[in-house]
Amino acid sequence: MTIRHHRAVGAFAAAGALALALTACGSGSDGGDAAETVSPEDISAALEEGGDLLVWAWEPTLDKVVEDFEAEYPNVNVELANVGTGNDHYVALQNAISAGSGVPDVAQMEYYALPQFSIGGSLADLAPLGASELDGTYSPGPWGAVTDGDAVYGLPMDSGPMALFYNAKTFEDAGVEVPATWDEFVTAAEKIHAFDKNTYITADNGDAGFATSMIWQAGGHPFEVSGTDVTVNLADEGSAKFADMWQQLLDDDLVADVPAWSDEWFQGLGSGEIAALVTGAWMPANLESGAAPASGDWRVAPMPQWTEGSNETAENGGSALSVTEASTKKALAYGFLEYANAGDGVATRLEGGNFPATLADLEDEKFLAEESEYFGGQKINEVLSASATGVVPGWQYLPYQVYANSVFPDTVGQAYTGSTSLSDGLAAWQDSIVKYGNEQGFTVGE
Amino acid sequence: MLTPLVKERPHLTTLASPPAVPKTAGRMRLRTRWTGWGFVGPFMAVFALVFLAPIAYSLWLSLFQTQLVGGTTFVGLDNYARVLADPQFWDGTGRVALFLLVQVPVMLGISLLVALAIDSGRLYGRDFFRLAIFLPYAVPGVVAALMWGFMYGERFGLVGNFNDLFGTSIPDPLSSALVLPAIGNIVTWEFVGYNMLIFYSALRVVPTSLYEAAEIDGAGPWRVITAIKLPAIRGALVVATIFSIIGSFQLFNEPSILQPLSPNYISTHYTPNLYAYSLSFSGQQYNYSATVAIVMGVLTMIVAYVVQLRGMRKEA
Repeated sequence: MTIRHHRAVGAFAAAGALALALTACGSGSDGGDAAETVSPEDISAALEEGGDLLVWAWEPTLDKVVEDFEAEYPNVNVELANVGTGNDHYVALQNAISAGSGVPDVAQMEYYALPQFSIGGSLADLAPLGASELDGTYSPGPWGAVTDGDAVYGLPMDSGPMALFYNAKTFEDAGVEVPATWDEFVTAAEKIHAFDKNTYITADNGDAGFATSMIWQAGGHPFEVSGTDVTVNLADEGSAKFADMWQQLLDDDLVADVPAWSDEWFQGLGSGEIAALVTGAWMPANLESGAAPASGDWRVAPMPQWTEGSNETAENGGSALSVTEASTKKALAYGFLEYANAGDGVATRLEGGNFPATLADLEDEKFLAEESEYFGGQKINEVLSASATGVVPGWQYLPYQVYANSVFPDTVGQAYTGSTSLSDGLAAWQDSIVKYGNEQGFTVGE
Repeated sequence: MLTPLVKERPHLTTLASPPAVPKTAGRMRLRTRWTGWGFVGPFMAVFALVFLAPIAYSLWLSLFQTQLVGGTTFVGLDNYARVLADPQFWDGTGRVALFLLVQVPVMLGISLLVALAIDSGRLYGRDFFRLAIFLPYAVPGVVAALMWGFMYGERFGLVGNFNDLFGTSIPDPLSSALVLPAIGNIVTWEFVGYNMLIFYSALRVVPTSLYEAAEIDGAGPWRVITAIKLPAIRGALVVATIFSIIGSFQLFNEPSILQPLSPNYISTHYTPNLYAYSLSFSGQQYNYSATVAIVMGVLTMIVAYVVQLRGMRKEA
């Protein structure tokens, strides 16, 4: 049954996208099978019948979702395991998949890492299980990240449309207007640092996630992926726009050289010495817990624009839940996904502080009207939801972005030490990406 | 009653003994052999499981290449050729070699001084010193690296506080030029006590009669050190040096813990071990990673063996 289904999915998928899954089947005789679709009734039946589900995720709000889910479907027993966050999780998952045993039925997938597993044939296409019906349920950024042609490799759990989080007190003290464009941002950076030599407009010591999101917003398409054909161009217009602008900040030492998530970083955010962050909409909860001393000082503004008055943004971070190809209970697993990320689970997660990927919630009056105490009573969701509507379409990550991001400090990071320029750093990053991709059997062009 | 027995014995002996004697002896020998194995067995089983098997598996892995697209293929010795021509591998190896040449003599020198000072008997609070200097070794390496990472913080760490308080401008210990010395400092702090203990225990077994004889001959303390103490602990010096060489080549904890604090200065191939780790854990290049580990193991063995040969020759 599984094998037949697997083949059917392969035949069903857009040409090339699942070339690997087909190769894995290793036979040419399976081209004629009709695609098997699973009806919503089949999913309900699977949920009623029940069984054990193994879920690997680190998203904290899922604890409550699992509890509620098990109460609703008493025959299903979900084991939620946290095998690590980010890279550790992917390593464990890759190992389990390589070993062919202990593979979870459901796994959390950050949007940047998803292609690595979907191209590798490790994730099940959810379209035949009914996921294509959910087109239009999610905001375009996350939906674009989990789909490849007609195939759907996960259901978005949260999203990170970018915005400018800033410390209004520091900006006021320095007499600086909140920047609406990147040109104004550079000017503001100069003024803030001139006002106090220990204060910086933002902190950045080379973060692949940030850089790629910035290139995304600037309209760049450095990675284009079609099956196993990859084109890399980290010198395209969007990439160059970002590199030139950010280089000005690096040249004049206008950004704090503090690694994100470090102790120093949180202290700087709390003390006002790091005056702003351009990051994903999931940030508020982190500020509240990590930069408590600055409570009441922070505000949210739209992400600075390249053209004044436009609303072009990008996604930063966020993750989906995916069903693994190795799972023998795909219908049941999909039932859980639907509950957690499209059904009742969404409200539970929002209460826990998640930023939604679902359009209905992003447009919900109550959600938009929420006033955040930490942000001085500002209705921050209005700004963040508006950002979600402006995400520039068409962005793609590499099918091996996890590796690419790991060598970012070796290459682009060198621009932050002053030993090279951002554009040369990006060129060096491109070289590593091309070399690795070709070694791994992709056809990588520049 | 006795006579028949006596009579029978030669009879038996002549007929049955010749084949029987080697048989029982053989059984005895066999049993002795197995008794030996019985004692060594548990060790051998564990040794095979945790030492030989992983090495064999690494060797096996190093002969293949696994691609994200295309699966696994046999490539023979290609991975080895690639390692030997890999600038990133040699960059890391060069760095640990430099570390070895500078940090190990400094660390062993300090350990030796401390051991001699404690052994001299002129130190007040000898036991306290011995314990205090050994204490850092009891701190797990990861904890030590984390702790030093906090202290090295230029903005909010100890270095930052010091600069703020005294208006000094100590440069960032985690910046390019200083990050290797900063790591050397952590390793030295951790292992001075351990090496001191090796030297000190070697010094304790030197017979006191030698010192008495030296005193009668009119030798000063310096002469006692150079003529008696140092030659007496040469074996311990060689052992400590070999341990340190292995430790240097395997440098991993400290750079790995400090990497998030200084990602642009501590690259993914900063040391060979870190390179092997990055290759397998973020690059999924398990085969190539195994090859790097094997090549590094062989290099370490060669260097350690050369040092041992030289050390022993001096001793002879």
